Amino acid sequence: MSAPNKSYDPVEVEALKPEEIERMRDEALAAFAAADSLDALQEAKVAHTGGTSPLALANREIGALPPHAKAEAGKRVGQARGAVNKALAARQAELEAERDARVLIEEDVDVTLPYDRVPAGARHPLTTLSERIEDVFVAMGYEVAEGPEVEAEWFNFDALNIGPDHPARGEADTFFVAGPDGGTESGTVLRTHTSPVQIRSLLERDLPVYVICPGRVYRTDELDATHTPVFRQVELLAVDEGLTMADLKGTLDHMVQSLFGADMKTRLRPNFFPFTEPSAEMDMVCYVCRGESVGNPDRPCRTCSSEGWIELGGCGMVNPRVLTACGVDPEKYSGFAFGFGIERMLMFRHNVDDMRDMVEGDVRFTRPFGMEI
Amino acid sequence: MRVPLSWLREYVDLPATETGRDVQAKLISAGLEVETVEHLGADLKGPLVVGQVLTIEELEGFKKPIRFCTVDVAQANGTGEPQEIICGARNFQEGDKVVVALPGAVLPGDFQIAERKTYGRMSRGMICSSDELGMGDDGSKGIIVLPPETEVGKDAVELLELVDEVLDIAVTANRGDCLSIRGVAREAAIAYGLPLRDPALLDVPAPNAFGYPVQITDPSGCDRFTARTVTGLSPEARSPIWLQRRLQKVGMRPISLAVDVTNYVMMELGQPLHAYDRKLVQGTIGVRRAQEGEKIVTLDGVERKLHAEDLVITDERGPIGLAGVMGGANTEIADAPRSRTDATGETAVDLENATTDVVIEAAHFDQVSIARTARRHKLSSEASRRFERGVDPAAAAAAAQRTVDLLVLLAGGTAEAGVTEVVASSAPTTVTIPADHPDKVAGVTYGRETVVRRLQEIGCDVRGQDELTVTVPSWRPDLTDPNDLAEEVIRLEGYENLPSTLPKPPAGRGLTHRQRLHRRVGRALAGAGCVEAPNYPFISEQVFDQLGLEADDPARRVVKLTNPLNDEEPALRTSLLPGLLGALRRNIGRGSHDLALFETGLVFHPREEQRTAAPLPVDRRPTDAEIAELDAALPEQPRHVAAVFAGAREQAGWWGAGRPADWADAVQAARTVAAEAGTELVVRKAQYGPWHPGRCAELAVTVDGQDRVVGHAGELHPRVLKALGLPARTCAMELNLDALEQVGEDTPQAPRISTFPVATQDVALVVDKPVPAAEVEAALREGAGELLESIRLFDVYENAEQLGEGRKSLAYALRFRAADRTLTVDEASAARDAAVALAGERTGAVLRS
Repeated sequence: MSAPNKSYDPVEVEALKPEEIERMRDEALAAFAAADSLDALQEAKVAHTGGTSPLALANREIGALPPHAKAEAGKRVGQARGAVNKALAARQAELEAERDARVLIEEDVDVTLPYDRVPAGARHPLTTLSERIEDVFVAMGYEVAEGPEVEAEWFNFDALNIGPDHPARGEADTFFVAGPDGGTESGTVLRTHTSPVQIRSLLERDLPVYVICPGRVYRTDELDATHTPVFRQVELLAVDEGLTMADLKGTLDHMVQSLFGADMKTRLRPNFFPFTEPSAEMDMVCYVCRGESVGNPDRPCRTCSSEGWIELGGCGMVNPRVLTACGVDPEKYSGFAFGFGIERMLMFRHNVDDMRDMVEGDVRFTRPFGMEI
Repeated sequence: MRVPLSWLREYVDLPATETGRDVQAKLISAGLEVETVEHLGADLKGPLVVGQVLTIEELEGFKKPIRFCTVDVAQANGTGEPQEIICGARNFQEGDKVVVALPGAVLPGDFQIAERKTYGRMSRGMICSSDELGMGDDGSKGIIVLPPETEVGKDAVELLELVDEVLDIAVTANRGDCLSIRGVAREAAIAYGLPLRDPALLDVPAPNAFGYPVQITDPSGCDRFTARTVTGLSPEARSPIWLQRRLQKVGMRPISLAVDVTNYVMMELGQPLHAYDRKLVQGTIGVRRAQEGEKIVTLDGVERKLHAEDLVITDERGPIGLAGVMGGANTEIADAPRSRTDATGETAVDLENATTDVVIEAAHFDQVSIARTARRHKLSSEASRRFERGVDPAAAAAAAQRTVDLLVLLAGGTAEAGVTEVVASSAPTTVTIPADHPDKVAGVTYGRETVVRRLQEIGCDVRGQDELTVTVPSWRPDLTDPNDLAEEVIRLEGYENLPSTLPKPPAGRGLTHRQRLHRRVGRALAGAGCVEAPNYPFISEQVFDQLGLEADDPARRVVKLTNPLNDEEPALRTSLLPGLLGALRRNIGRGSHDLALFETGLVFHPREEQRTAAPLPVDRRPTDAEIAELDAALPEQPRHVAAVFAGAREQAGWWGAGRPADWADAVQAARTVAAEAGTELVVRKAQYGPWHPGRCAELAVTVDGQDRVVGHAGELHPRVLKALGLPARTCAMELNLDALEQVGEDTPQAPRISTFPVATQDVALVVDKPVPAAEVEAALREGAGELLESIRLFDVYENAEQLGEGRKSLAYALRFRAADRTLTVDEASAARDAAVALAGERTGAVLRS
């Protein structure tokens, strides 16, 4: 508009008159306030703060003023521009906040939508329960021992003081493996317990031996709600100098406390097994009713049938004859052992009604158990 | 063993207030597994009285015969008038003494007796059968007819001992002595600290030379044989009510007086007895092993072919009994002529053939021999159960005497003076233990005094101070070792009083590499969405045909069972797939369709050279060579892992389309397993067994520079899927996990991470379709050299128009980076060009223009 003119009196320059500057400022502020969207504000911003906006032009005029007039005019324009920029930023923030409040809400989603694109997998609870029991003993210093499932009769029976005439060797319990060329005599069976792993451990390891033997075992029971011909056991063997039945009892107590709670305890009842002497049946306090259902018909307990105790399995001091068969001096060493079935424990620990659910591989049964138990 | 509390109390003065539950608890703590306490007559309420049938009127016109009876119950009904009762049973006649439940009585099962009108008459009570009174089977299958001398009007609850408690004890294999009231009474006496009135303490006449002749030719099989003779038994004598009731309570059926008496004495003393009809025994009774081919018809009517190891009782003709197991039919006591009622209601008495003279056998047989015979003939009897578990040989003479006494008393017989006793003398068993041995076993200080006292309580003779010489009683043949004696002391002192201590094992090494791998594999597959489904290892060999295995496929060689549960599945699996595919089918049948299952477990392969595992001794450690021999007789049992996929691998949903499971999921599952094992699989195209010939990957690893195939993966053959009833496109993988474990790296090594910028170069290469992507990639990797950080195939493209027929385009993203500097564009391009050049040389790949 106006070309520099050194002879000019600043007050004579139209654009730099104070009232003119004020007008420009007010117009800008009014335009910002009137902008109702970020786009409108952007337009107003260009119009009022851009390179060709009145204030920018006015600013340019300052250079043409005589030195004495520059300071005052500069101050006036600078203040106006400052006010305009501040108003712009404020309005910008205001409109952005409005947009955020509106638009981000508009693009909301239903966060309750299910997402089962790849359904979760799971490990079998018998596997994880067995591992959990193993871990209790591994934490104590025991090692996990494993062995073959088709096993020599010597390992499965003879070495365990189950002589050739013991009823357990009859067909009633044992799957026999056919011999060479289809003959009946192979001297091998599907192991009926994981006890042969105890024998192998005693033969292979240096004393003392502290092992836990989990694994699949086989007996000729038909599958029904409470029996399965293929099941899992966990057995424990400790052979060391000076081990006692009190140690056995303490180890059992520790196990049930680890698995069922600190106030759990076990009970031993005399029994007979060829591979232990003395032998006992081991029970644990019913972890559901804690024994309070006994003699209390108003509070029956289906987990323990109101007996107050749950039968776990068999145990005892390793029969010295077993030690002898493994070349361990029974005069110097003693040991204890116990064993129980994982299926039964899974049934009462997790309220499984029917053994068949554990063997049929139905994903609806297994999935809820996840990765650990 | 069922033990009526009333019978037990005859030998031990248990406090009158002790209930069956109390006694149960005491005996359990002492080591007898008392499984249940049956409370007989608990819900029974009188009046229940003896009546005499006065008149019987047969009522006509009903569907079944009905009798209207008048019964004299004396003053039991308060009036003395005959009681009118309707009865549907027919095994009684006018004048018989019967049990009458009068109105107001409640019989077992809350069966309330009241006056009621039925069949057009008033019935004021009921004439009872043994079933209705909860007495167990008395063989009559009808109304109880009481002996004629029974007093009319008497309380029948007391007369029939209807109220009692019966302990049911599961006797362990070592405690044959507790298969008798005597043995259980001894335990009860010890548990209560009370004296025992031993029923075997009887005056027995000394053996003499004029008893029934007996000859034992096998003293190792039979070390004792007592024979007694009773003559002049009354054919009409019946077992008294008390004897019948005791037999019923222990679970036996009364049969005839002579048989009932032998059974009764067996239950009382634990000694099995046999009564022969003397008239039917010819000449000397012998005990010997059977001759091969000999036969006998046992009392159960079965003809049995004898084995040369079977111990038999003989007379001149040959076998008359399977010793210790069951008598022969040819010398059977004639069922004594109790009043038997035939179909017409008439009573027939066969006095002609009734047994009047008997020879009583009380013998002791070898445990093992009896066990084998019983098992061989699949014939378990009350006698064999006892002999197998150990019978007190010293009680034989007393048992014979007791039988004789009862027959004289109850059947009016005469005991002959002759007493035969053939005994192969043997020394009693003695065991020597340090006096503190039980302490050391238990971890408790009992002290010598307690140890000695407890051992004496069970009948041992104990001598010595620090070293005890213990002579065990004849009724405890199971006590042979020091620990047997320790157990006796510890159980009597109470297992419940054992302290709880923890041993201190040496530091363990944790899980092995193999064990950790098994856990990792399970977690990785489950993490990938697979559900573990362990299966039985039993398979049918037909499954190999269904799986399309070649006739000479090694997987067809199986280990077989001689006694499978199911004759159609006699073999052990050589692959996890049959079981896993079965589980898949089961799930689909139950309505689950999008499935991913996995299993890890052993498979079984017979060895090339099959051997028999020979028995080894147990009195010493087997040698390493002997152990190796045993192991060589076992099949190979590697652990496999398998996974199967059907339906959708990714489901459709609000996020978009789903994706069906395909061959790549199976191969990827195998790669996942290999990664867990710390190794990488070589994947190449192959054709094998159950897999789709165009979609089967052979999976291999390199062991010591050798290529080893460890499994297969891919889509299953449509023919296999059809044969197994599985959905189309079902996929599977199976790997030998043990083989992977052997090559895997247990300790992963850290890579060096460069922080200089990455240079990315994409290349699209065109090759002939059959060229495997894996080969192209391998060439690119090698050609790119060490600057290559990673390579990823991001697209496969086929278009005949653009690429030419039979060609495909593979697009790779190559990322280059140097450890020590920022790469220039020229360096990255040079590496890329080298990679492309080598791929071109190896696979004919050309850059897509």
